[in-house]
Amino acid sequence: MAKKGLVVKVKELKTNIAVVKGLEVSIGKIVDDTWEEPEGPTPFPSMTDLRDWDFKLLQRYKPFYLPFCDVCCLCTFGKCDLSGDKRGACGLNMAAQSSRIVLLACCIGAATHTAHARHLIHHLIEKHGRNFPLDQGGLNIDIEAPVTRLVCGIRPKTLKDLEDAVEWAEEQVTHCLSATHTGQEGSNLDFESKAFHVGMADQVGMEIADLAQISVYNFPKADPEAPLVELGFGAADVKKPTILVIGHNVPSSVGIIDYLTKKKLLGKVEVVGICCTAIDLTRYSTAAKIVGPISWQLKYIRSGLADLIVVDEQCIRADALEEAQKVKTPVIASSPKNCLGLENSTDKPANELISKLVEGKVPGVLIFDPEKVGEVAVESVMAVAPKRNKFSIIPEIDEIIAAGKACSGCNECIRACPNNQPIPEAMKAAAEGNLKPFAEIFDNCVGCARCDSACPKDFPLHSFMIKAGEDKSLSEKFMMRSGRGAIQDIEIRNVGGPIVLGEIPGIVALVGCANYPDGNEAVAEIAEEFAKRRYIVVLSGCAAMSAAMVKDEEGKTIYEKYPGGFEAGGVLNVGSCVANPHIAGAAIKVASIFAKRNIRANYEEIADYIHNRVGAVGLAWGAMSQKAASIAAGFWRLGVPVIVGPHGSKYRRMLLGRKDKKEDWYVYDARTGDKVYTGPTPEHLFTTAETKEEAIVMIAKLCMRPNDTTKGRSMKLTHYIDLHKRYYGVMPDDVHLYVRNKMDIPITMKPEVLKILEEKNWKETRIPDPTLLKRMIRKRG
Amino acid sequence: MSAKAEPWQTAEIAGPKKALVITKPEVAAAMIKRAKRPILIVGHLSTKTDSDTGKMIDYTIRLNKATGIPVVATAHTIREFVKQGFQPAAQMSAMDIGNRLKDPTWNGLDGKGPYDVALFMGLPYYMEFVILSGLKHFATNLKTISLDKYYDPHASWSFPNLKVEEWTQSFETIIKKLGGN
Repeated sequence: MAKKGLVVKVKELKTNIAVVKGLEVSIGKIVDDTWEEPEGPTPFPSMTDLRDWDFKLLQRYKPFYLPFCDVCCLCTFGKCDLSGDKRGACGLNMAAQSSRIVLLACCIGAATHTAHARHLIHHLIEKHGRNFPLDQGGLNIDIEAPVTRLVCGIRPKTLKDLEDAVEWAEEQVTHCLSATHTGQEGSNLDFESKAFHVGMADQVGMEIADLAQISVYNFPKADPEAPLVELGFGAADVKKPTILVIGHNVPSSVGIIDYLTKKKLLGKVEVVGICCTAIDLTRYSTAAKIVGPISWQLKYIRSGLADLIVVDEQCIRADALEEAQKVKTPVIASSPKNCLGLENSTDKPANELISKLVEGKVPGVLIFDPEKVGEVAVESVMAVAPKRNKFSIIPEIDEIIAAGKACSGCNECIRACPNNQPIPEAMKAAAEGNLKPFAEIFDNCVGCARCDSACPKDFPLHSFMIKAGEDKSLSEKFMMRSGRGAIQDIEIRNVGGPIVLGEIPGIVALVGCANYPDGNEAVAEIAEEFAKRRYIVVLSGCAAMSAAMVKDEEGKTIYEKYPGGFEAGGVLNVGSCVANPHIAGAAIKVASIFAKRNIRANYEEIADYIHNRVGAVGLAWGAMSQKAASIAAGFWRLGVPVIVGPHGSKYRRMLLGRKDKKEDWYVYDARTGDKVYTGPTPEHLFTTAETKEEAIVMIAKLCMRPNDTTKGRSMKLTHYIDLHKRYYGVMPDDVHLYVRNKMDIPITMKPEVLKILEEKNWKETRIPDPTLLKRMIRKRG
Repeated sequence: MSAKAEPWQTAEIAGPKKALVITKPEVAAAMIKRAKRPILIVGHLSTKTDSDTGKMIDYTIRLNKATGIPVVATAHTIREFVKQGFQPAAQMSAMDIGNRLKDPTWNGLDGKGPYDVALFMGLPYYMEFVILSGLKHFATNLKTISLDKYYDPHASWSFPNLKVEEWTQSFETIIKKLGGN
């Protein structure tokens, strides 16, 4: 084990008092020798232990770099012009610089999740002790923490066991970040490999965080019937004092619910949330409600509905305090990562802080103790709410009309808008008293308010949108299934075979942030398209919330229409951002439970298995953050393709296969050692979809795997061809690349497919037992 | 037509190497005429019909008819082409065609050799921005032209930010200069 310097192994030790057999002791811990599964080759892997695997993937999926600009400005040598074939003063070229930026983003993301995990473990151990048992799903889960098992080779049982894994993840983040320093790594492919590595560490960090909070806070434990919870502006009774929580790290919000419970005030104060803290709080208590994804922060704050705001960490607007001050809403900051310039008041008496907030002597306070946050938040909000009387800065209609008349049409607002929304036209219409165009923009707005900042006349354009859309938004209420956590072993047992054989056409994971090109609806539409086709649809984070924000004609959301189990046609919300490893974990558990592969510290073999056999695809339609980058990187290393929406092109590097290069698509047949052409399955590891229609067709295509049986491939081709015809109006031009023998052809499409095969001079190929690893070939000699 | 050339999205500053501004549509027509192996990439925004953009897909079809330039339809743009009875040379994602164009060994859709000029239109601004940047840096033998109504600094040549009327008039001139209707 690379992680520990000293390991003592004793076969048999005879002493005066006892005979000890099979004792293995390492510095600082007892090695788990009750785990029968043999340890694989890469426990606690170093930054380069899986480099060969990365290079296999990168050979097939070559980076396409898309730099924002021509320069590097990361050190005082620069700025350096890297255009053309120029190199910077440090010797770096544009390819390496671009991959360095990718690594940097992934390091930021992984550091964020891992620090989140570290904080949770620290806090929970302090409160509940190091021996608090971990429980992800009781008897329904034997393989808990599959990612940590696979990567680190340990089987955590108590909170203290998580410390080894989080310590390893922290070390990897530090190493990988150090590689971005001037004068370190020089190869773009090595930067890429390190991005994969830190993405893998990120998966461990996230898994630890969710495992700890599920266990201690008693979140739903791998529960397909996790409760339905309310979401939307209209979900809460805002006549009551209302606390808004924003962020990702839930202890301070738990402190609020606990205090309300203790004081028998539940039901008298509303607790609503935005972003992942909201999801996790509803996993803790169904009394909490969700406002919506990250993009709803300004909409809610400016509406004045929150009487007190508690922020923790991640994806919180940096101007939350200033915005809150405008509506006279006090703020409690609760994370060392997000202090907002406030004085640390953790050690001050609660009464003093409550009094300061209620009297408006301070705009906010900084409290690191979650229990004190609970007390101060609840006691303050009850006194603040009557004074505020839901004070709002949303303008009246006549103010908007006046602004419309005064608008000079300079276009600075639309030029600042990430989605090119027609704000100048909306201003012209507003001048005539017509707010409909603003209401339409409200539906598509990602809530960044760059238009406000850009307006030379300082018109609060985002507030104009909120006013125009308030009739609709204030009454909106939807039902979302609370985050269920992990996938049960029995669920994997039921679907493992159909997934690997291709008979369940795929697992579609809709994850990530809410930086959408055209509103929330696309996520719900994509999820439903695949649920109807009996794919397994898994959601997390803001995407899980957005999917809930569309109702059918009966008023039902997809969570009310489809089962919450990991099954064909299931729609599962696994939880917040840190719940994403449950998706990777499901794929790992397929290898363990269905294929009986050893997963303990056996990363490369399992990634090879997943890449060639498990038809899983991730779609981060509104990916915005560095965390989304590291989450994607964790999936890349497992060989799982990820698609991002159009804004995701700004991650500045794609990993693209070339289906026109036949030589790229050979695998070993593990039975014979022969090299066999499999077609471009899956075609890409990371790409951008320009439109939701393209994303839908791409998902169906990227679910194909070399291992598909003819029945499975036939089903997958049916969906691919059907969706292609529906959204593109024509047959796909590459269908011949996915037909290995005529049994693969969907029976109802046979004539048209056969015609294409004939035109393309198609030749039959065989279905191998696919692997990219020579060492997995069973036949020798 | 204004010769002012600032990126349409204010913060999308590029450089030091920036697109030359096409101040007259005749210049674009001449460049297309001079190209030995041009290709036209058309994104889904070309199919939108609103007062801001007009229906630009009609111009791409006319451009093809005038010059025979192969058209690659990205995303679901092909649906609109087919509806209008036009068969593009290929349907491909924007990233896929960008990735192929950067490869000097790619012999094109017809296998007859690399393209020397790639014209882009109808992609989301920020997406076209980064793809053109990728080509600027890594497709050194390729010239790119942005035909959108916004200045895209990562192209080799680009229109400046244009009003709709200026933009559509530019297309009329280009098509006329290339012998089309």
